[in-house]
Amino acid sequence: MALLDKHAIIERNATLLLVGSLFVVTIGGIVEIVPLFYLENTIEKVEGMRPYSPLELAGRNIYIREGCYTCHSQMIRPFRDEVERFGNYSLAAESMYDHPFQWGSKRTGPDLARVGGRYSNEWHVQHLINPQSVVPESVMPSYSFLAKKPLEVGDFSTQLVANLKVGVPYTEEMISKANADIRVQADPDGDHDDLLSRYPKAVVGDFDGNPQALTEMDALVAYLQMLGTLVDFSTYDETGGYR
Amino acid sequence: MKYGKEIVLLTLAAFLALAGAALGEDSAFRAHMWVLFFALAAGTIVLLRQVSWASAEGPASIPLRSDGTERYMDGPIRYGAIATVFWAVVGLLVGVVVALQLAFPQLNFEPFLTFGRVRPLHTSAVIFAFGGNALIATSFYVVQRTSRARLFGGDLAWFVFWGYQLFIILAATGYLLGITQSREYAEPEWYVDLWLTIVWVAYFLVFFGTILKRKEPHIYVANWFYLSFIITIAMLHIVNNLAMPVSFLGSKSYSLFAGVQDALTQWWYGHNAVGFFLTAGFLGMMYYFVPKQANRPVYSYRLSIIHFWAIIFLYIWAGPHHLHYTALPDWAQTLGMVFSIMLWMPSWGGMINGLMTLSGAWDKLRTDPIIRMMVMAVAFYGMATFEGPMMSIKAVNSLSHYTDWTIGHVHSGALGWNGLISFGAIYFLVPRLWGRERLYSIRMVSWHFWLATIGIVIYAATMWVSGIQQGLMWREYDDQGFLVYTFAETVAAMHPYYIMRATGGAMYLLGAVLMAYNVFMTIKGKVREEAPMGGRAPALQPAE
Repeated sequence: MALLDKHAIIERNATLLLVGSLFVVTIGGIVEIVPLFYLENTIEKVEGMRPYSPLELAGRNIYIREGCYTCHSQMIRPFRDEVERFGNYSLAAESMYDHPFQWGSKRTGPDLARVGGRYSNEWHVQHLINPQSVVPESVMPSYSFLAKKPLEVGDFSTQLVANLKVGVPYTEEMISKANADIRVQADPDGDHDDLLSRYPKAVVGDFDGNPQALTEMDALVAYLQMLGTLVDFSTYDETGGYR
Repeated sequence: MKYGKEIVLLTLAAFLALAGAALGEDSAFRAHMWVLFFALAAGTIVLLRQVSWASAEGPASIPLRSDGTERYMDGPIRYGAIATVFWAVVGLLVGVVVALQLAFPQLNFEPFLTFGRVRPLHTSAVIFAFGGNALIATSFYVVQRTSRARLFGGDLAWFVFWGYQLFIILAATGYLLGITQSREYAEPEWYVDLWLTIVWVAYFLVFFGTILKRKEPHIYVANWFYLSFIITIAMLHIVNNLAMPVSFLGSKSYSLFAGVQDALTQWWYGHNAVGFFLTAGFLGMMYYFVPKQANRPVYSYRLSIIHFWAIIFLYIWAGPHHLHYTALPDWAQTLGMVFSIMLWMPSWGGMINGLMTLSGAWDKLRTDPIIRMMVMAVAFYGMATFEGPMMSIKAVNSLSHYTDWTIGHVHSGALGWNGLISFGAIYFLVPRLWGRERLYSIRMVSWHFWLATIGIVIYAATMWVSGIQQGLMWREYDDQGFLVYTFAETVAAMHPYYIMRATGGAMYLLGAVLMAYNVFMTIKGKVREEAPMGGRAPALQPAE
């Protein structure tokens, strides 16, 4: 095997070994990842997708902070049992504004891709405060502190600006009204029409049973209640979305 | 003044951390900067008191040349060996805790000690703290011996050691504070990622610089693996952590990519954290310590060439098998599956090269528990690298994905392969680094071996049963076409397995505690009085 004997050249030249191995390890990633950015059928054409409302985004950040993804997936696979249990299989379009994605890798608890609208706000609050009180078999930790902890809003428009910089189509209006919108969505007496014109289908009103305070519980439940509800499946052409 | 420059820099950094603690945009960031401040302040105080741990070049310093003019730089390696043992115990302990949390949810203590925050602490502690320290320490040891050169860069190696520990502390405390990117095995936020990048570049410079100034004409095979591990991890780390911080004084950032692209980038990273951190790097370990401990040459030079290039080329393609049947395009899933199956061959090439190195020395298994540990590690490597390609087949994956089977697979690789080969390397290194004749106790190594092996078998077998059972329960229909089980019922069915799994993990932890004691006593220079292993060879029986 004369070819293998030539390997001595690489073994004696550290730079050659370095450059050679770096070249070899880049190929796979380039071939697999780069086309996802320009192949048009990677993300289906759907109606209804919009950026997260400020309150939903804040809730999503709490979902990430608490590591919910370590036990809950947000990716329904196209199998009969999963579709019957959790709803229509997940589309790529449904996570197109997700920085980062939350597909998960383990289902210690059920999939949450379409949990929005399945339970009442009261159920979610009760479940987060004491999961075993509504699902006795559950092994989920209690998150009662969320109901007591005021939502740390700061200047929330900076969160939208950061999302805009990575490609989420937040408009100038959305950004300028972010600090108001985040409070209006959880305020039962707020002007919801204005908010809904920017964020259609957003769930509005008090979430945590305490209209006086804007808590982390409000934000998290607002996020959970919109999961998987945006895409209009009546106008979705399944055959056109073959990947 | 000794360490003058270092003290000034540390003080300055501590001051900046204090400023961050005061001016931070969010409470988590401010808390994290306090942690950083106290870590840096402690470092400054230690240096000011001139506790000269750094001059550990003392009694056991090993001369590189016979005339004693140049010596190996073993200080950071000694510290690395201690850090490896320390983080092993910590990481495994946290593992047992999270295992128990799944069996008994009352063990979650909100807000800081819930499963969602502690689980990343476990994975990062075992992979990056335990595994990372083992890799850095052994690579520094191996590259000096096989290059016959002192580490390049002087005190840069110390910077790598302490910088890496700082990274671990920031990552670990960040998870408990809720600072996470939610990217599995890449959870630390942007500023911790930047710090790791700096440390990693320094690590590369020390390692590659040492290879460049080597006195041996050939670069030893272990160093090919270590080098490819270092540069590939650099590439993966940088690309996967591209993100836009909300503020330079805040902990939150948003990933540069979204949805599908983000998912594949993450699992391109995630699978190759396995492929390069936990495989290529540890194969480097195998290629030095197995031949040394067995006192036999590597089985096949040609096999090592073929399997090196094949493994680094193929591994990088395997990421999509984490995303089977998801919204990732089918062509990418299929590519990932095909390459994962091909990966079986070079993986077993490495296993064969490791196992066959014992040709002519198999009798040592009876008397040397360290070589036994290394052989078991390579055997588990072989099992895990067969199971992996099998699970990457889409039909199998449709059952195994989202279940405990994946967790079991990871642990037979991590506990069996990475854990045991690192323990073997530690047992090899400690007496040599501290100039001791032998370990404090060889019999304790044997106890460690059996506790670990039985613990892994319990762990993996339990997870097979629970994973396959849960996967089957999810898809079970009755004859009228209704799903038989609610999701909650499948959760309840896992309870006994979660207790058994915690038992297996606790046995493995107990073994690591024994190792910590053994290493501690060895460093102190103690030798336990004990009967030698397998001392009595069976008497020859006369033929009848």
